[in-house]
Amino acid sequence: MRSMRIALTAVAAVVLVAGCGGEDSGSASPAGGGGAAGGFNPPNIPAAQSVGQGEGQVNLVAWAGYAEDGSNDKSVDWVTPFEKQTGCKVNTKVAGTSDEMVSLMKTGQYDAVSASGDASLRLIAGGDVAPVNTSLVPNYADVFPGLKNKPWNTINGKSYGIPHGRGANLLMWRTDKVKPAPDSWGVVFDANSPYKGKVTAYDSPIYIADAALYLMATQPALGIKNPYALDQKQFDAAVSLLKQQKTIVGEYWSDYTKEIQAFKSGDSVVGTTWQVIANLAQGEKAPVEATLPKEGATGWSDTWMVAAKAQHPNCAYKWLDWIVSPKVNAQVAEWFGEAPSNSKACQETSDKKHCETFHAADEPYWTKVHYWNTPIAQCLDGRKDVTCVDYSKWTQAWTSIKG
Amino acid sequence: MTKAPSLPGGPVRRLAGLLHRRPGLRLSVLLSAPLLWLIVAYLGALAALLLSAFWTTNVFTGDVVKQFNTENFRALLTEEVYRRIALRSIGVAALVTIVDAVIAFPVAFCMAKLASPRAQRWLVIGILTPLWASYLVKAYAWRVMLSGSGLLNWAVEPFGLSGPGYGLTAVVITLAYLWLPYMILPIYAGLERLPNSLLDASADLGASAFRTFRTVIWPVAFPAVVAGSIFTFSLSLGDFISVKIVGGAGQLIGNVVYDNIGAANNLPFAAAVATVPVAVMMIYLVAVRRTGALENL
Repeated sequence: MRSMRIALTAVAAVVLVAGCGGEDSGSASPAGGGGAAGGFNPPNIPAAQSVGQGEGQVNLVAWAGYAEDGSNDKSVDWVTPFEKQTGCKVNTKVAGTSDEMVSLMKTGQYDAVSASGDASLRLIAGGDVAPVNTSLVPNYADVFPGLKNKPWNTINGKSYGIPHGRGANLLMWRTDKVKPAPDSWGVVFDANSPYKGKVTAYDSPIYIADAALYLMATQPALGIKNPYALDQKQFDAAVSLLKQQKTIVGEYWSDYTKEIQAFKSGDSVVGTTWQVIANLAQGEKAPVEATLPKEGATGWSDTWMVAAKAQHPNCAYKWLDWIVSPKVNAQVAEWFGEAPSNSKACQETSDKKHCETFHAADEPYWTKVHYWNTPIAQCLDGRKDVTCVDYSKWTQAWTSIKG
Repeated sequence: MTKAPSLPGGPVRRLAGLLHRRPGLRLSVLLSAPLLWLIVAYLGALAALLLSAFWTTNVFTGDVVKQFNTENFRALLTEEVYRRIALRSIGVAALVTIVDAVIAFPVAFCMAKLASPRAQRWLVIGILTPLWASYLVKAYAWRVMLSGSGLLNWAVEPFGLSGPGYGLTAVVITLAYLWLPYMILPIYAGLERLPNSLLDASADLGASAFRTFRTVIWPVAFPAVVAGSIFTFSLSLGDFISVKIVGGAGQLIGNVVYDNIGAANNLPFAAAVATVPVAVMMIYLVAVRRTGALENL
């Protein structure tokens, strides 16, 4: 029996080691750097003045699906043509969260990153990314004006990146279970909701912004102007709304396959979602619809940024121009399920209705979308007389909301 | 005069001779590599964890501030939510352990005492096989089964019942399933050492089945059950994935650690939270040391 015990111990050891390893990989190095507390003055880093010969390779940090080389799906490949055309070999590191992206960029080994709004400010403040000279990216001219010069990609009039694409967090519901069709987030926040126990919400501290957005419309007295710039009073109101919501939530989701399955089985009947999830659920014959509620919504807008200490800046600029070129931008947007940033991409999509489905050119639609942003102590809405609640507090509040 | 015979052979032989004459040196050389591994990689990591728990992060930049500060532990002890989560995690881990022990004991007893040696081999393989499947696959399988339109509801519906749905009950069921082999195998190993003659003697002397269990089997098997409980308890205490998959809106201590690393980049606070299960396990191990369970691992 001795051998049995040894084998068992070995199995247990492997499990423990695997468990520890998993946690370690997430810890990496902390985010942020430089930048004086209380003010937002990014380090002065010059932008490139010209793009020369490629350096032979480029190292990217990207969201899954943003730099496809045909290894996932043979027909989905815009990396190989880029390599052939420019001679820059692409090495992609896929990151799972915005925090991971920030950590990876801090290592200084990467040339460009596809940062969401809740990572871009931290990268800029930390001096990890350089301003981007947009005149060196010819396709920038065709990017939708609604995506240019935004607080998450431009500081003091200086552009820090090239918009990649955008999407909104929508309200999805089961058409057979939820009647009448909802047009307000109220259905997921009302404590007396008839759908108690079947409501779902996004499992991330950034979801506090969704509550703030709802309060913006329903409690104007709080004076919320930007759901990512909340002073203590506004923040407490959002948190207490979410604590009330917790009583009707069946489960929180962060893995999109989990949400599709929950809606398909009817364990969730109403809650927040992404357009791509709604499409996939409909594709699996789940009777669901998604809409942008009348209060507006939160969303994301991704930006390609160049590292301050890029070792292959020329190839990085070539990549930036390539990824927003009409054809490639259309491919990425269709593969990932988001609105392309290049206005000419709409003619290049294989599904001719793609831009319509994802509201690519529908600017009135996007004015109702508040893109993810990093909450910092200095209020993003420009208020100087109060301090706002920063993201680390958001995370702790999220823990207490879920109890 | 002939020279005194020097030590034969080269440096290797001389070294061998030295080690032969000095058993203490031999032992320390032998043990230094594993001890170094234990101290640096294992205890060192624990020490680093404890140390970083006393640091904080800069709220604006997110940089770790390496300055001694007990703020994390103050928050951990004074804020009610963390106490509640810690107690809930311990409760779930204890419940999983009890469920596993209740299921595992009869299974292990059958394997050790009733099955033929040939069947025993196959049963051990059968118990071990689920460990080969991915954790995630098994957890998602339970997610599908526990769904409102899933297998479990379908099975109990005719009796006017409904399944537990997603939540803590579902977490306990899933974890109990996942860690069951870790409970069965130590108990099986423990019962195997119990001679059949003892059971026969007990029966011959007129003891009832229950009395045999209480006075003969249980005292022998108890350390093995405790050994198994160390696995199920510690594995459940650290789990954060099952909760995400079948836990509905609930969260356990592992999720708090994960959220603070993955979402907030607040490594020091995550370290502070992570010391809770470490402390709980240490208390548990000290408590069970006297039962002889550690010799049963």
